Amino acid sequence: MSYFIDRRLLWRLPLLTLLFAVGLAFSQAVPAQADPDREASLAVPALDADTWRQVRSGEIGPNFRDSRADSTYNLVNASGENWRQLRNRWVSPFGLIAIGGMIVVIALFYLIIGRKDLSGPRTGRKLLRWPLLVRSIHWTVATLFIVLALTGLNLLYGKFVFRPLFGDAVWGAMISASKVSHNYLGPLFGILLIVLLARVLKHNWPKKHDLEWFKKGGGMVGKAHVDAGFANGGEKAWFWLLATVGLVVVVSGFVLDFPNYGQGRDTMQWANILHAVGALGLTAVAVGHIYIGTIGSEGSLEGMTTGYVDETWAKDHHNLWYEEVKDQAVPEQELSVGRPPPDDSEEAATRS
Amino acid sequence: MAQMKFMCDAERCIECNGCVTACKNANDVEWGIQRRRVVTLDDGEPGEVSISVACMHCDDAPCMAVCPTDCFYKTDDGIVLHDKDLCIGCGYCLYACPFGAPQFPKQNAFGERGKMDKCTFCAGGPADSKEEEYEKYGANRIAEGKLPLCAEMCSTKALLAGDAQTVADIFRQRVVQRGHPDGGWSGNQRRERTRTGQGDDLSAADSLAYDAARQS
Repeated sequence: MSYFIDRRLLWRLPLLTLLFAVGLAFSQAVPAQADPDREASLAVPALDADTWRQVRSGEIGPNFRDSRADSTYNLVNASGENWRQLRNRWVSPFGLIAIGGMIVVIALFYLIIGRKDLSGPRTGRKLLRWPLLVRSIHWTVATLFIVLALTGLNLLYGKFVFRPLFGDAVWGAMISASKVSHNYLGPLFGILLIVLLARVLKHNWPKKHDLEWFKKGGGMVGKAHVDAGFANGGEKAWFWLLATVGLVVVVSGFVLDFPNYGQGRDTMQWANILHAVGALGLTAVAVGHIYIGTIGSEGSLEGMTTGYVDETWAKDHHNLWYEEVKDQAVPEQELSVGRPPPDDSEEAATRS
Repeated sequence: MAQMKFMCDAERCIECNGCVTACKNANDVEWGIQRRRVVTLDDGEPGEVSISVACMHCDDAPCMAVCPTDCFYKTDDGIVLHDKDLCIGCGYCLYACPFGAPQFPKQNAFGERGKMDKCTFCAGGPADSKEEEYEKYGANRIAEGKLPLCAEMCSTKALLAGDAQTVADIFRQRVVQRGHPDGGWSGNQRRERTRTGQGDDLSAADSLAYDAARQS
């Protein structure tokens, strides 16, 4: 029985073999023929120009994954390089030019034109200009400003000067102290600056005669006398500069100083640029403020140290204010006793 | 002198995060800091691609340019290292780095961030003793004649580390093998042709597909 079946199948064997061979040939030919489109798309990942363009733009798609916890980074973050170029190529050199230029101009002014002396002899009669509270806040803010300016300048330029000069050990301690004091005193300065600005705001509302003051360069152009109330045009400009740029510096400083609130890196880059530009500008102008307040004009500094100014000084620099308060003048002898005179109230000084 | 570089072959990276783990282990990195990260673009889509990123040891390093303490330096091998004794934790390197390499152990009020930490190419850093070096910066495998552990342990050899010339040679060889007409970065020809509106003449892509599938 079995023999019979085998014989009947034998003739089919070559046919089966042929079929198998043909089938094999077909199956091998399939990848070469069918849909090259599909295979081309699978051959390489789609890391094309569009992908890189997107990476560079900083834009993150919904299917972006980063294996680092709390990462706020894209693959490549081009903003970092922009910040570096802005800081190192623009802010840094121009800050130096602004502050250095200011110092040079003032030095030349002092050497060529010299101090602005009082127009006549002192009368010996004094007017209360700055009450104790304002003076205290002013000198605290002023001290903090100088500390912050010096530490800030050290953070920006120190490495070019002090590291080669002192060596790593001293430089390390110096820059570390700069950063710590800058970061801890900054907020204190910010708060006190706002208090000071609020306290002297009433003297600094712009008036019509301020325009005239600026036209005549604060009395430097021509011999003509320029009108000024409690605060002259220049002082008001300094006030409003601090009230605008100063506040920008304070706010951006807070953004930089408190990374614990989780603000992004891009925010901090911009905060840093605003902070640096504003602070360098203010430092340059502050050099002028310090000059005028100290060696630049006779009789100015005592207003902020003792609180009182001489009548002659008041007539010279703040004639409109003098007219208002001249009846409150007190003789010098009364002040030198050391006890406050009866009218050492804020009223006398705050009338503008 | 060698110019040490990392290169991640995106076509090989399988997002296993072995490099991240190897680095963390080799350098005993502080809790919360991860010197290497793996980024995946278009996760789950047909064009998904992963790349391992850490400090790229730039020729013109932005961190170095902005550091207020000047604590960065470049070794003779082109590795960017920093001195943790000088670092004040201001965060400027973090602002500047395009790759997110510098990290800080803390992020507290008044800018208290602690000392910056980043990939050292397993080359340690300035210290008085080997123990101190390990404590501060992690392993110094370069001193032992070894390459960074992340690259050494990469399971698909996607992450390459070493002299730029050698790395480039290896990658070039791979590109030739794969059949890219113009280097590994051009991407998919079919997509490029569609994007630029050149029609769908796929004669070139056809041979490309064949080359890519060919066993060497």
